[in-house]
Amino acid sequence: MATNRSNVHGSELDTVAGNGLLHRRMFLTVGTAAAAAAAGAALPNPAAADALSVEPWMKLPGSGFVGYGQPSKYEEKVVRTWNTAPGTTGTGAARTPHHLLDGMITPNGMHFERSHSGIPDINPDTHRLLIHGLVKRPLVFTVESLGRYPRESRVAFLECGGNGQLLYQKEPAAVGVQAIHGLVSCAEWTGVKLSVLLQEAGVDPKAKWVLAEGADAAGMSRSIPVAKAMDDALIALYQNGERVRRSNGYPMRLLLPGYEGNMHVKWLRRIKLTEGPTMTKDETSKYTITLPDGKSLQFVLPQEGKSVITQPSPGLTMKGPGLYEISGLAWSGYGRVTKVEVSADGGKSWALAALQPPVLSKALTRFRMPWRWNGGPAVLQSRATDDTGYIQPTRDKMIASRGDRTIYHANAITTWAVSEKGEVKHVYA
Amino acid sequence: MSTRSALLIAASGLAMASAVAFAAESPNLGRAATPEEIAAWDISVGPDGVGLPPGGGTPKEGEAVYAAKCVACHGEKGAGKPNDQLVGGQGTLFGDKPPVKTVGSFWPYATTVFDYVRRAMPYNESKSLTNDEVYAVVAYILNLNGIIADNDTMDAQTLRKVKMPNRDGFVTFLRGK
Repeated sequence: MATNRSNVHGSELDTVAGNGLLHRRMFLTVGTAAAAAAAGAALPNPAAADALSVEPWMKLPGSGFVGYGQPSKYEEKVVRTWNTAPGTTGTGAARTPHHLLDGMITPNGMHFERSHSGIPDINPDTHRLLIHGLVKRPLVFTVESLGRYPRESRVAFLECGGNGQLLYQKEPAAVGVQAIHGLVSCAEWTGVKLSVLLQEAGVDPKAKWVLAEGADAAGMSRSIPVAKAMDDALIALYQNGERVRRSNGYPMRLLLPGYEGNMHVKWLRRIKLTEGPTMTKDETSKYTITLPDGKSLQFVLPQEGKSVITQPSPGLTMKGPGLYEISGLAWSGYGRVTKVEVSADGGKSWALAALQPPVLSKALTRFRMPWRWNGGPAVLQSRATDDTGYIQPTRDKMIASRGDRTIYHANAITTWAVSEKGEVKHVYA
Repeated sequence: MSTRSALLIAASGLAMASAVAFAAESPNLGRAATPEEIAAWDISVGPDGVGLPPGGGTPKEGEAVYAAKCVACHGEKGAGKPNDQLVGGQGTLFGDKPPVKTVGSFWPYATTVFDYVRRAMPYNESKSLTNDEVYAVVAYILNLNGIIADNDTMDAQTLRKVKMPNRDGFVTFLRGK
């Protein structure tokens, strides 16, 4: 157990693991040795640059209202970054800047995107959803008609099956959390349960799979087990309270909580009930895991338990020894995160991080861990456990189990090395 | 039967009755789709060939389609660059070097090639090829990979029978196995 006294390093009572990790309630507890020590410490002298001044915006009225609000101009560097396929502007993936965000919900403008033939500009008045195949009554729905169905909300993470793929590289990529893990985001999705529409159509018992197809130029399509479609699949119309963003499937997308992102078909136009999987391009030639023996795992549907430290992380240079909060994200496509452990000594010792409520099944969970950095080298890691008992593997263990000849479902522990200068680098440990 | 279990059965009967009543009160705002509408929209092709349309084409015919519509992205004879390589790579799925995944080395079903080309290619004008052109260009790619002969015609009957080299290369994932 990470908090066992036998694992306590250092002399202070609130130290719970090596290299300065502090008890997770340290920030909230009054009267600890650390708090007393901090209270007694000399405060820094006010520098001239910090002089309190009456700024111009305190003396003149600010600007007027706008129809759709935007972030402060001082936040203009908080943006997604992307790669595109040669010769295209809209085929590729844009990544969420997790190192610059906090909380568990990803703002809509920062949600990751993966598109296979650009972002269509769909007129909701002419968009249709067709449900057919092994059903009693093939049906056509308009966007407006779906708006009259009972709706429900689901906070769910979405993670591209290729997120984290740089961890399969033999040498650690000299990049940060956005480049490595930026293809996961989390939103409150609101819409109509797919099961309601399928019940209206009358599913033939022979149907075991559902083909979902998008209205983009690629006609992106994936086969989904009918059991998942009848369980918690949602036809999402809203994303964090507003209509689903164009790049995330406007006017409607499929949401399959916990499953790999490629299956949450955007711009959903067609649902076909079939006996077997359709064996689309993406479920055969792309989102399959090729093992060392040359065989490929197919239909690896939920994303496995995973976590990553977002602060500190590469690009966020630390400014001198002292108290810091280590913070990050954890998630599992199989359920709820029950535990996140953090290490500051490369996995030699671990301490329990605080999980910030709400901790929801198949949603991003924010974890926090107080840390007193002594100014020396540190090796930061996080390790998630979910409610099935699954423990996030080390990179060595992940590669031992499936090799490094794939780019999908990389969920290994990510390691950040902190130098004496406070610089943070991606390393393998 | 005890009174208790009789009550339980009665209760579950009630639950079923109310579920039926609930289904009947579903909004039912979809309209019926006609067979013609469905035929026009249903562009997916299953691995058993269901969904393959009439028409056909040969590798030689496909070579002309490829030269006009595909070579700029996929290179001479499917060699790839700037985009995906379509030909070669057989025997690379295991070993130390990175696998070269092409239609010939990796794709398990020829029907998928038809489905994907028809729905998504050419990149800048998808769904523009005729069914004959799709059959022909699929035949050309299969022929370049040594999977069908020079004079083989691909159509709804022949394409479904093509056995791809990596047909048995996939294992359905079961967690914990």
